Amino acid sequence: MSVTLDHVTRTVDGVQHIRDVSLTLESGTLNVLLGPTLSGKTSIMRLLAGLDKPTTGKVLVNGKDVTGADVRQRSVAMVYQQFINYPSLTVYENIASPLRVQGKPREEIESRVAEAAKLLRLEPFLKRTPLQLSGGQQQRAAIARALVKDADLVLLDEPLANLDYKLREELRAELPRIFEASGAIFVYATTEPTEALLLGGNTVCMWEGQALQIGETTNVYRRPQTLRVAQVFSDPPLNLVGIEKKNGSVQYAGGTSSPASGLYSSLADGAYRVGFRAHQLGLANGEADRHAFHARVTVTEITGSESFVHLTRDGSNWVAVLHGVHEFEPGQTLDAVLDPNDVFVFDAADRLVAAPGSIAFSSEVPGGSREDNASKKKA
Amino acid sequence: MHSIPGRRLIMGLFLIFLMLPIYWLVNMSFKTNGEIISTMTLWPHAPTLQHYRRIFTDESWYSGYINSLEYVVINTIISISVALPAAYAFSRYRFLGDKHLFFWLLSNRMAPAAVYALPFFNLYSAIGLFDTPWAVALAHCIFNVPLAVWILEGFVSGVPREIDETAFLDGYSFPRFFIKILVPLIASGIGVAAFFCFMFSWVELLLARTLTSVNAKPIAAVMTRTVSAAGMDWGLLAAAGVLTIIPGALVIWFVRNYIARGFALGRV
Repeated sequence: MSVTLDHVTRTVDGVQHIRDVSLTLESGTLNVLLGPTLSGKTSIMRLLAGLDKPTTGKVLVNGKDVTGADVRQRSVAMVYQQFINYPSLTVYENIASPLRVQGKPREEIESRVAEAAKLLRLEPFLKRTPLQLSGGQQQRAAIARALVKDADLVLLDEPLANLDYKLREELRAELPRIFEASGAIFVYATTEPTEALLLGGNTVCMWEGQALQIGETTNVYRRPQTLRVAQVFSDPPLNLVGIEKKNGSVQYAGGTSSPASGLYSSLADGAYRVGFRAHQLGLANGEADRHAFHARVTVTEITGSESFVHLTRDGSNWVAVLHGVHEFEPGQTLDAVLDPNDVFVFDAADRLVAAPGSIAFSSEVPGGSREDNASKKKA
Repeated sequence: MHSIPGRRLIMGLFLIFLMLPIYWLVNMSFKTNGEIISTMTLWPHAPTLQHYRRIFTDESWYSGYINSLEYVVINTIISISVALPAAYAFSRYRFLGDKHLFFWLLSNRMAPAAVYALPFFNLYSAIGLFDTPWAVALAHCIFNVPLAVWILEGFVSGVPREIDETAFLDGYSFPRFFIKILVPLIASGIGVAAFFCFMFSWVELLLARTLTSVNAKPIAAVMTRTVSAAGMDWGLLAAAGVLTIIPGALVIWFVRNYIARGFALGRV
């Protein structure tokens, strides 16, 4: 079983929701759609499900064209961000509903509903109606209904976005495990990079209706092919600074000049943009071979185990994340340091030319190869 | 809360103002005609059930109620069953001129009933529908279907579209989804719409009287024809009035919790 979108676009009232997306999802895989709101994640899901018809392009299932086919003929289950259940039916009937429509025998319905209810810990609530449940329980009922259907394609559209923290953690860990056994194609939309990393599998990085990069989640994270992918896949936002390489040294925009060590050493002369995630930016600790900047603290957020230090330097805002509790006065100036081996370097066309753990590669072939990534894992 | 001085008094006066005509009607229905026209009494001094007895035994009277109920029920059933799919379409689909059509529907209610009396009279006489409950029931649809569509559209729009989609993904056919999932969800809206259809059809006099003569004569028409050689039969008329209020009061009791939403056309 495989589902393919073949050069799919979708335009609604003159607005392009999806721009030329091609992707193939194989059975037994977990696929994360990662992107900010309005990036087209839900649109892609609706196209995959067959709820919407692409304006141009084709949807293929096992190589067979199903563009515009009735959703009832497709084997699809979907869970929405809002908790969607049938309010007039009990939880039991909600879960049993797809089986009843399929005309399954009573014993089979009973055993499968009981199984799903047990897995999602809904057993005490089967006789209630969805509106008598908490949000988390309602969403679990919706997930149970998707599970019991045993569909080939399971679409989860930000299923945990409206749940409280504790439940999210719990369900996020359980969801892939629950659906793994079914061998279905599992698609999970999220706005959060952390969630994508925790889920693993493959990631489709979405931006303004385009699929910017498709690949193994860790690979997309470590080798964002473009600046935009790196920005989508960074939380807190990616820090940026412009550099100019000339005569064996790099000149950072707004001041500091440093020897072109680390990843900078193999760059051709020219202008680049350097991106680094919050954890890649440190504060002065006397280590050698670090590039230092004078930055001003705007605010410090302490989450308990980590401190997010917001800095401004030369008109741009940076965030550094530090372990433990660190208190800084707003307005205080401090030295932020960057390891020249631990940055992403993008060329003038915003394509990746160097990433941590690799030597700079030619800008003609942006993005890291799989071998590269695999060898790094071994090391 | 500030206490308003004499608020009980004001409320009491208001209630008396509201209830006085109804009390007087009930009062009259239990008096003899002699007592009604001779003196003013605040309660029946010689209570009698003779007027009610007359209505329940005289066919020309009780058949009026049966005729009225007949066309009201037919009309309500037609209006709701036509308006439900229409309301769903207006709520869920975009089609050419949908908004104009939706507004035009309601504008039908803005014409007075008298405008329609003549064409309906002529049309129904020609096709042999004249003086049947169907004549009145169908004529009232011109007012009730738009109203029911407007009310139900609000209620259908209150149901998230995702529920439809989930049902289709679950494999429900459209009719099955409509009956098993959607109708139970908007049951209160259907109740309110039915109530409005019932009430309009029940109190409407002009079309009902124009389109019937003998066999399907509604109660309101019967009541307007009680002047006999012996003069007005006040007590009988009052008893008929009381009995006419009761069905409406009963229906209101059933939908009392949803009626505000109905007045707001389901958009609360």
